[in-house]
Amino acid sequence: MSAADHAHDAHHEPGWVSKYIFPLDHKIIGMQYLFTGMFMALIGGFLVYAFRMQLAFPGIEVPFYGKVTPGDYNSLITNHGTIMVFWVAMPVLIAAFGNFLIPLMIGCDDMVFPRINRLSYQIFFISAVIILASFFVEGGGFGGAWTAYPPLSAKAEYSLTPLGSSMWLVAVALEFVAFLLGGINFITTAMNSRAPGMKMFDVPIVVWMIVIASILFMASVGPLIAGAVMMFMDQVIGTTFYDPSAGGDPVLWQHLFWFFGHPEVYVVLLPAMGIVAEIIAVFARKKLFAYKTILYTTFATGILSFFVWAHHQFIAGIDPRMANVFTVTTLLISIPIAEMLFIYIASLWGGSITLSTPMLWALAFIAEFLIGGVTGIFLGASGADVYFHDTYFVIAHFHYTFFPIAFIAVFAGLTHWFPKMFGRLMNETAGKIHFWGTIIPFNFIFIPLFVLGSAGQHRRIYNYQHFPELATTELQNLRVLATMALVTLIVFQIVFLTNFFWSIFFGPKAGENPWKGTTLEWVTASPPPHGNFKEMPTVYRGPYEYGVPGRDDDYWPQHLPNES
Amino acid sequence: MIESLVEPLSTYASDLDFLVNLVAWFTGIWLVLSEGVFFWLIWKYRAKEGVRSEYITGEEAHQKRWVTWPHYAVLVCDVFIIYFAVTVWVDIKQTLPPAEATVRIISQQWGWTFQHPGPDNKLDTKDDIRTTDELHVKVGTTYHYKLESLDVLHDFSVPVFRLKQDAIPGRVITGWFKATGTGEHDIQCAEICGIAHGMMGGRIFIETPEEHEKWMQSQSEGMVASKIDDKALSTTVAAVGVP
Repeated sequence: MSAADHAHDAHHEPGWVSKYIFPLDHKIIGMQYLFTGMFMALIGGFLVYAFRMQLAFPGIEVPFYGKVTPGDYNSLITNHGTIMVFWVAMPVLIAAFGNFLIPLMIGCDDMVFPRINRLSYQIFFISAVIILASFFVEGGGFGGAWTAYPPLSAKAEYSLTPLGSSMWLVAVALEFVAFLLGGINFITTAMNSRAPGMKMFDVPIVVWMIVIASILFMASVGPLIAGAVMMFMDQVIGTTFYDPSAGGDPVLWQHLFWFFGHPEVYVVLLPAMGIVAEIIAVFARKKLFAYKTILYTTFATGILSFFVWAHHQFIAGIDPRMANVFTVTTLLISIPIAEMLFIYIASLWGGSITLSTPMLWALAFIAEFLIGGVTGIFLGASGADVYFHDTYFVIAHFHYTFFPIAFIAVFAGLTHWFPKMFGRLMNETAGKIHFWGTIIPFNFIFIPLFVLGSAGQHRRIYNYQHFPELATTELQNLRVLATMALVTLIVFQIVFLTNFFWSIFFGPKAGENPWKGTTLEWVTASPPPHGNFKEMPTVYRGPYEYGVPGRDDDYWPQHLPNES
Repeated sequence: MIESLVEPLSTYASDLDFLVNLVAWFTGIWLVLSEGVFFWLIWKYRAKEGVRSEYITGEEAHQKRWVTWPHYAVLVCDVFIIYFAVTVWVDIKQTLPPAEATVRIISQQWGWTFQHPGPDNKLDTKDDIRTTDELHVKVGTTYHYKLESLDVLHDFSVPVFRLKQDAIPGRVITGWFKATGTGEHDIQCAEICGIAHGMMGGRIFIETPEEHEKWMQSQSEGMVASKIDDKALSTTVAAVGVP
């Protein structure tokens, strides 16, 4: 460790173990998060494969899994949700891109707190090991849904997973600690280490978004950690915080969970929106439309996101008058988000659009996220939510937001910054095959689920035979369609993984600035050396100076002095 | 939208369906418009040899109005939706029309017990009829339900009524419904409640007054039903392999 410190401080190339296993370099920590997140995505994908096969063909021996029992089913859906949100979306979008991009884009040599950064990943790694280990303990993994409502989650006699529930809780709490540490680092670094000349409004949108997401996370996670500690004590030493028979209240958890849970949606959404903004600017060769308005709508969204949580609890036994307040706040949040999307669309006006693989992903994000956005209105409107609550309509809605966030935006970001990360280009043809092989099946998975939800199909049911109105052939055909589409989508990920790993070693050399971008990460070598820049850059203008009249090039990088 | 998939069979069901259709129209129009403009711009401004992108900051008023006017229009739609959403909500959840009959609904891992008022139409008297997983109600009668849970959270959901309410241990939650058509339909538990959550279905029998009378008579042999019910419940438990 001391050797690593020394190496870092002096910017020598460190040895292999200290470079890749115990790194202080933000780029390597970002890669650790990225590869861990990719691995967890495979696990999360395998879980959904197993339970979707059970839904399409109830009772079969699922290939590579076996029979899905009711207990297995609950544990599969619970951990699919938990892993995809906390061990895929967050580490990849915030930690991997945040770590890799922030110092490069603001022009500094590393994070302000490299050791906290390393600790953040180490705690995250332990949390991932714990959640995976929970499948193999007695009673199996936790099966009380990713929202973990007590009393089911708080008492082993109800959940029948005595160890799984506690391990789930510990893993989630540790993951939160990891992201608190990482978030502190991102905020401090972006505030203090910007290159000379870079004013607040010269900071690229993606950096702003990751910083705002980290602030939202810090401000919302406290109550949930307190709630998790109380639940852990309920589980392990028999306290009764959530046990009504001894004066506790199970609904308390729901408030603590969703007070965090709704801002969390924006914690992962904002970095995704940031990635998409960067890519649209580059491949439309356009200055982003109304940069400051993007930030103001982001602030408005962030603040409002703290006042909408009870829309998850309309029918959960809260005072019905409260539902009206939360309907108003929930519908209001559609305004800044809609305006943000309008701005993104307006940014295309007057552009020169190249449909490269990253651009396809970025545009697909907008097209698909719009569907996720408008379907949320059905659920935010309290009257309609009485019907839609806990149906597959909800599942389809949030997958139309979360899939674009956790996968479409991530593929956009990975294909866009791959040349900077690994110094080589990915294959465009394979990239496009993977794009269409993902986007088309994605819609064939979730459009049927909108229909199933509208038909009243409720969630977390391993087999619909006990509900005659849902056990019809027509509805079963939709379930089979969704599952077939899912399997297709998963198969197409092989194209991506092959392209990704092949290109790391054998792709054509990328050079410093393959996309002719303006922001600072394109100034340095690909991949950037330890310490990032040979000569620390100075900033002279905003991040999106494309198509400036009177110049030979259609882009004007941030670091070039005015009289060049 | 949903009325074509699930029959509306309560007094508030068609109001809720109207609200859903209203939201579908508003959001549908926005979706088609935004996606239309979006794809049109991608087509119109595709890269062409020798054509450079324009330099537009989007900070000037005549440019910004292209995003501010639409967002005011979104606000107007929101106001409409809020008005109808709250109206439907208040009807289902916030008002309580006087009861013509009351039933008690007791949820537990993993089944329903329904306590019907019986021939005297009073709850908690000797002639109450207790059943498992079967609720019998009269069409056109305003019912209050008293929803309880014995262990974890459950949710009493009747899709044809458009009714859904969580059951919380330690509380009795009162609500209402009034059926507008007869038939036999699903009752769901719509809140995950443990490993046999997927088996916690019930049936609601909405009957004409005569049918309902006949059913009550068939039950009048006393409280035999409840004994059978306990056995039925333990069979369910055994079927999913709970120790």
